[in-house]
Amino acid sequence: MQNLIDGILTGSYISLGAIGLTLVMHILRFANFSHAELLSIGAYAALVCDALVSALTPAFAAKLGPLSLTWSLMAAIVVSMIFTGLSAVVLDRLVFKRVREKGAELSMVFASFGMALVIRNVIGLIFGLSPELYSKDIAFAVVLSRDPLLLVKPDQVFVLLAALLLMLILHLILSRTTFGFSLRAVAENPALAQVNGVNLNRTIMAVWLIGGALAAAAGVFYGLSHQIIPVMGRDLVLPIFAATIVGGIGSVYGAVLGGFIVGIAANMSVLVLPAGYTPSIPFLLILAVLIIRPHGLFGEARA
Amino acid sequence: MIGVISYLVFFATTASILAIAVLGLNLQWGNTGLFNGGVVAFFGAGAYGTLILGGTPQAGHLGGFELIYPLALLGGMVLAGAMAWIVGLLTLRLRHDYLAIATFGVAVAFENLMRNAEWLAGGAKGVRGFERPLRDALGDGFTYNLVFFAGVLCVLICVYFFLERLVASPFGRLLRAIREDEEAAQSLGKSPARVRLTAFVTGSVILGLAGGLYGTFYAFVSPQDVLPTLTFQIWAMLIVGGAGNNRGAILGAFLIWGAWTASGWALSRFAPVEAQLYTGSVQFVLIGAVIVGMLLWRPQGLFPERLVVSQTGITPQKEQGA
Repeated sequence: MQNLIDGILTGSYISLGAIGLTLVMHILRFANFSHAELLSIGAYAALVCDALVSALTPAFAAKLGPLSLTWSLMAAIVVSMIFTGLSAVVLDRLVFKRVREKGAELSMVFASFGMALVIRNVIGLIFGLSPELYSKDIAFAVVLSRDPLLLVKPDQVFVLLAALLLMLILHLILSRTTFGFSLRAVAENPALAQVNGVNLNRTIMAVWLIGGALAAAAGVFYGLSHQIIPVMGRDLVLPIFAATIVGGIGSVYGAVLGGFIVGIAANMSVLVLPAGYTPSIPFLLILAVLIIRPHGLFGEARA
Repeated sequence: MIGVISYLVFFATTASILAIAVLGLNLQWGNTGLFNGGVVAFFGAGAYGTLILGGTPQAGHLGGFELIYPLALLGGMVLAGAMAWIVGLLTLRLRHDYLAIATFGVAVAFENLMRNAEWLAGGAKGVRGFERPLRDALGDGFTYNLVFFAGVLCVLICVYFFLERLVASPFGRLLRAIREDEEAAQSLGKSPARVRLTAFVTGSVILGLAGGLYGTFYAFVSPQDVLPTLTFQIWAMLIVGGAGNNRGAILGAFLIWGAWTASGWALSRFAPVEAQLYTGSVQFVLIGAVIVGMLLWRPQGLFPERLVVSQTGITPQKEQGA
């Protein structure tokens, strides 16, 4: 049971990361290996912003109830989401857009790998290679039940609720606004969407903004649950990809479900396999999905 | 003086081994357009396979079959090929990004397995106890390294000519046809999935061969040798050299390996002591920047692929931008 609960909590930030990735892969049609680095950017941006706000207005540095979270970190999450969304747009302008205009889709994959290396190590050079934490205090877990023993940290509950809230907002945007429809139109047929007055460049920009913002939230939530290190992108990239493949590339709801499946599977695997093998679990899930249902749970075949 | 020469031999051996790997990747990416995100897994399968099959018995893990060297090397290549076959079978008929993600996953899982499975390959301690071939006759010194270098060079030349023949053959033409226009090839009765699988497995076997030679050279392999870094280095070599051009691939291998060793040396020599911890990061930023920079400003590489149009009879050669 404890593993199941941990898995659901892990799944909440993997889902957030996977939503952005699946949108980018759907619209721009390439596997973006630098997406996990957006999580790192978000986590570190929030770290800096948190420190700034707490230093400027010490009143905000007080804790919220049982959470190790502070008002300043809440503000930092919002700022970091905007910042990361913008940096994703800048990244697209500087690199991906130019490569896209030059040639093949696979060049984009190479470029995203190269960018991932650059971003990850520049972060390491700026912030140092040692792990950081948002709060130095020990967060005590709350006992949910004694038999079986179930422990949950208040922070983890916050992460889950916040992730679900973000997903709900995204769902409303995608299903109720003109923007949501134009997004789907571009994914289906870019040329036809343009004929009907959808601004392609603006849509792509919006996708990067949304993807980056959600990635930033996911990065902060990962940092709250674990720690912030420059190589976190390297450890997260495979689970996020697994979530998009399990859910079906292009399906937002699939990505959400896939994220939870990956999180639960990785945490449950400890019951049958030594913990050292956990990083391989996403790969096994990918293989299983490719064998049973190659286009994922909600995906559709597309050339 | 002998020190310099012996270092040059050492450098050239490593660079030649990597050049073989780049040639294998070139068949996959350059000629067929297949993205292999897990170069290091197939390289590592060759190295581990060779050392386990050819090594002396070790306590605690699989090994000690003491096969004669050529058989052990062949075994490593077969292992790499088998892995490629399984991955290829599952992914090659799907969208190209699936192959990229799956092969990347193979590399992560392979490293993870080798690091944890002590019963299989010694875990983090790696595989030891491998007797390098002909060691009794040549000793361990400079002569051995020189002979070994000559051997590696022979293999490199053989692989080069094999691939040149392959690319010029009808099969090579088929590979390019499928890369450029899959439907057209299909309409002529060709099966793109099968041809892709053949090319993917062949390339991976060559990667396994390079890995086997690498393992032989050091007589040791550990999870540290199969980190994703190697994948990035081998890609950079191919992109700089020029995808689709075998000569470019070899030159790219020597260039990038030279730049990598030189930058490592310069950083360890001139960077202040407290910054030494970060030399790895600086090198990674450099290699990432090289990959992105080449894609932005010279995507065809230093030596672009030469496309031969055979129909006109006069074989005009034009540069290709992709």
